[in-house]
Amino acid sequence: MRDLKEYELDVVDVAWCPGCGDFQIMEALKKALAEQDLKPSDVLLASGIGQAAKLPHFMKAHFFNGLHGRSISNATGFRMANPTMPVLAIGGDGDMYGEGGNHFLHTIRRNPNITNLVHNNMVYGLTKGQASPTSPLGFQTPTTPEGVVNAPVNPIALAVSLGASFVARAFSGDVEQTKETIKAAMQHEGYALVDIFQPCVSFNKVNTFKWFKDHTYYLEESYDPWDRTAALEKAFEQERFALGILYRCERPVFEYQLAPYGERREALYKGRPDPGKVQRFIEETYV
Amino acid sequence: MARFPVGERRDISIVLCGAAGQGVQTVEQLLVKLVKGAGYHVFANREYMSRVRGGNNSTEIRVSSQPVRALVDRIDVLIPMSGGIRDNIRARLDDETVIVGDREALGEEFAELPGTFLHIPLASLAREAGGRVFANVIAAGVMAGLFEAPEEIMERYFRKRFGHKSRETVDRNMQAARMGIERGKELASEGTLAFALQPDPSVEERVVFDGAHAVSLGAVSGGCDFCCGYPMSPATGVLTFMAQNAHTFGVAMEQVEDEIAAINMALGASFAGARPVVTTSGGGVSLMCEGISLSGVAELPVVVHLAQRPGPATGMATRTEQGDLELAVYGGHGEFPRLVYAPGSLEEAVRLTHRALNMADRYQTPVFVLTDQYFINSYYDLDVPECGSWEVERHIVEAGPSYRRYEMAEDGVSPRSVPGYGEGIVGVDSHEHDEEGHVWEDFELRTRMNAKRLKKMEGIRSETVPPTLVGPKDYTRLVLCWGSTLHIVEEALRQLQLPDTALLHLSQVYPLPAETEGYLQQAEHVVAVEGNATGQLCNLLRQETGFLVEDRVLTWKGLQFSVEEVQAGLREHLA
Ligand SMILES: Cc1ncc(C[n+]2csc(CCOP(=O)(O)OP(=O)(O)O)c2C)c(N)n1
Ligand code: SF4
Repeated sequence: MRDLKEYELDVVDVAWCPGCGDFQIMEALKKALAEQDLKPSDVLLASGIGQAAKLPHFMKAHFFNGLHGRSISNATGFRMANPTMPVLAIGGDGDMYGEGGNHFLHTIRRNPNITNLVHNNMVYGLTKGQASPTSPLGFQTPTTPEGVVNAPVNPIALAVSLGASFVARAFSGDVEQTKETIKAAMQHEGYALVDIFQPCVSFNKVNTFKWFKDHTYYLEESYDPWDRTAALEKAFEQERFALGILYRCERPVFEYQLAPYGERREALYKGRPDPGKVQRFIEETYV
Repeated sequence: MARFPVGERRDISIVLCGAAGQGVQTVEQLLVKLVKGAGYHVFANREYMSRVRGGNNSTEIRVSSQPVRALVDRIDVLIPMSGGIRDNIRARLDDETVIVGDREALGEEFAELPGTFLHIPLASLAREAGGRVFANVIAAGVMAGLFEAPEEIMERYFRKRFGHKSRETVDRNMQAARMGIERGKELASEGTLAFALQPDPSVEERVVFDGAHAVSLGAVSGGCDFCCGYPMSPATGVLTFMAQNAHTFGVAMEQVEDEIAAINMALGASFAGARPVVTTSGGGVSLMCEGISLSGVAELPVVVHLAQRPGPATGMATRTEQGDLELAVYGGHGEFPRLVYAPGSLEEAVRLTHRALNMADRYQTPVFVLTDQYFINSYYDLDVPECGSWEVERHIVEAGPSYRRYEMAEDGVSPRSVPGYGEGIVGVDSHEHDEEGHVWEDFELRTRMNAKRLKKMEGIRSETVPPTLVGPKDYTRLVLCWGSTLHIVEEALRQLQLPDTALLHLSQVYPLPAETEGYLQQAEHVVAVEGNATGQLCNLLRQETGFLVEDRVLTWKGLQFSVEEVQAGLREHLA
C-alpha cells in the first residue's frame, strides 16, 4: 500500500463546506488508489463542473477538469487514445445525470473501461441548492418553491436496464466500504457506475447524514450481482436503499475494439505516422 | 446533327437527373471513371433534395480536353432518368441542348422543352438486358460509346462494385453496358450526336476524388488517428471515410450520440496525445461551441471540419452556402486563439487539412477547415498529392517531475506533455487556472494566463497561408473570393477577359494573411464574390483592416454560383 500523502498537493485550498460528504469520498478514493499501488501519475481523474467535480483540484493525479456534464465524454475520448491508463470520471448528480444525461446513456451502451463516481447529494451544490435530477418529489428549493414535481432519475435502474457492466451504490459516510466499492469498480473491465450517497450539509436538509444512514442497508452475502432481474428489483426499492455491487455482467470493452488496437494496446501518441502510406493509398484508390 | 463542343468551347456539359433512389449517383461515378479513362479531364458536382426517394436530383459532369473545375449553367446534353424535371434544370436548357432519353417512359413533359430530343428506348433495352435497373447502365454505356471509352474501365467498375456479390451480376451489367455502348457508337457514326474532344494523355496518371475525400486524405496524411462525429450533411463523407479506412490508417473512430460528445471526446483524446478531427456542419458547430471554447482555454489541439450548408438552424439540409465564416471565426465564448482555413481547390483541401493538424498541434488550439456542400460533393482530376513528403509535426514533450502544463512561455506556447509520458503530472482545466492547471481565482493570474494564450496569435499570424493572386500582377481592379468559389470565379474572369483585372483568393480567412491589405490597396476597384447574403469576408476585412469592399456579388439561394452567374455579377460592377 502506498502512502496517502503521495496524493496530496503542495498548496491546496479545499473549497468544500466543513462536514460535506465529498471529503470522505476523496479519502476513499485515495485509499483505493493506494491499495492498488497506483501512483498519482498512473491514473487520470476526469471531471466536469460542480462541487464534486472539483475533486481533482484537491488531490494529486493527472486531471482533466472540463465542462459541466461532459466528463465521461472526455474520459471516453481519452481511453480511445490511451487504452492503458485507468480513468475515473467524477462529478455530481446534476453533472452526470442532468447536463450529462445523454452521455451517461450512451457511455453505458459503449462500455469503455471507465470508473464513473457520482456524488449523489440530490441537489445542486455549487449553484446553491436548486433541485437536481435525483431530488425527491416534494423537495423544496429556490427554483422549486412548491416542491419538486418531476419524478427523480433512478440511476441504478437506468444503468441496469441499459446493461451497464458494473453498477454499485455506496454511502460516503462509510469510507471503508466506499473504498472497497471503488476498488472493485476500478478492477472491473468496462464501464462501472458507483452512485455514492453524499450528504450536502449546506443545501439538502432532507437527505442528511442521518437520513442516508437510516435509509440504506448493505446487500447480503448471498446476493448474486450477476442476476439482472434481482438487480432491477433491488433498484426499485423505495424505503431503504441497497448498498454494494448491485449488478455486473461481462461485455466487450469499447476501446479495445477500435482499429488501432489489436493484440497491442498502446497509447496513440506513441505511434509513428507513415507519410508514404497516404500517398500509396491515393495512387491505388483513385487513379 | 449535333456536335459538341460547340464553337470555341473546349468542354461538354452533361447533366443527369432523376429521382432519388434511382441510381443517378451510380451513373455519375461510372461516367466520371469512363471519361477520365478515355483520357479527358472531368469535373462533376451534384445537387440533391433532402429526401431518400423521389424528388429530382441532378449531377453535372463537364468533360474537357483541358482541366475543368467549375459549375456552369449551360447544359449541352441532358439525360433525364425520370420525369418531373424541376425548374432549376428547365431554365438551363436552350436550343442547343440535346436531351437523351426514352420518350415513352418520360411522357409528355418533354414535348415543350427547348432543344432536341434524342430518343433511346432505354426501357425496352433494359427489359431485354434483364430488368428496369439496367436503364442507368445503358445510359452510361451510350455516353461511353460517344466518348469511345475503353470497355475494361466499365468492367473494372462493376467488378469493384458487385464483385463480392457474384460474377453473374458483373456480367449482366457489362452486357447491359455494351447495349448502350453500341447505341452510342451508332449515334456517333450516323452523326446524330458526336463528341469531338482531344484526349490528353496526362490524364491517365491523374486521380479523381471529391472534397470529402480531399479533407479526409489531408487529415490522415496529417497524422489524424482519432475521429468522431454525428452525421450531418454535408460533413458526413469525412466520417464515412474514417470509418471505412480506420484499419488502414489506424484511426480510433466512433459515431457518437451528439456533437457535444464528439468535440468532448476529441478533446479527451487530444489530452491523451491523439491528433483528433471532428467533422460537422454549422448546426453541429453551434452545439460544439462550448467545447471549442474549452479547446481554447485548456489549450488542447483539435481540428474541426465545418462543411457549410444554408442556415439558420436546419436551413436547407442538402444545399450549399458560405454562411458560417463568422461562426468559425467567432464561435465559442471568451477570447482565445484560432485559425480558419477555407480551401479553394481539392489540392488545397488535402494540404490545408494536413497543415491544420500541424498547426493545431503547434499552437494547441482549435483549427477550422471550412468547406461547403458544393465543395464536398465536387470532384475532378488532379495530380497525386505528394503527401508522402509532408511532415507530420509533433510537439509533445516528456513531462519531468516538476512539469507544469501551462508554464509561462515567451511565445505563449507552453510545452505540451500527455499523461503517461514521463513522471510528471499533466492537468488541464476549463476554468482559469494556474501554471499547473489548477483553478485559481486571481486577477493578476487571469491577466497573465489570458495574455499567454492570446500571445499565440502572433505566432499564428506569422505563418498564415498567403492568398493566391490569379491574373496580372499590375492589376488595377481586383476580384476577391474565398473558399470553394475559387475555380468558378477564375473561369468567369478568364472568359470575361477584363483588362487589368486580377483575382485574389483567400484560403486562410482567419487570421487574415498580412499580404491581403497590400493587395487590396493596390486596386482602384475591388469586387467581392461570396456565397452568402451579408458579405461575411468583407465584414471581416473591414473589421481587421479597415478596408471597405462595397461592391459585392452575393448569392444565398442554396446553390453555388455558376460561372455564368459570376460573369453577370462581375460585368455589372466591372464592365
Ligand atoms: C453549461 C453550464 N450550465 C450551468 C453551469 C452552472 N453549474 C455549475 S455546477 C452546477 C450543478 C452542479 O450540481 P451537481 O452536479 O449535483 O454537483 P454538486 O455541486 O452538487 O456536487 C451548475 C448548474 C455550468 N457551469 N455550465
Ligand atoms: S455545498 Fe454541499 S456539496 Fe458543496 S461542499 Fe458544501 S456541503 Fe458539499
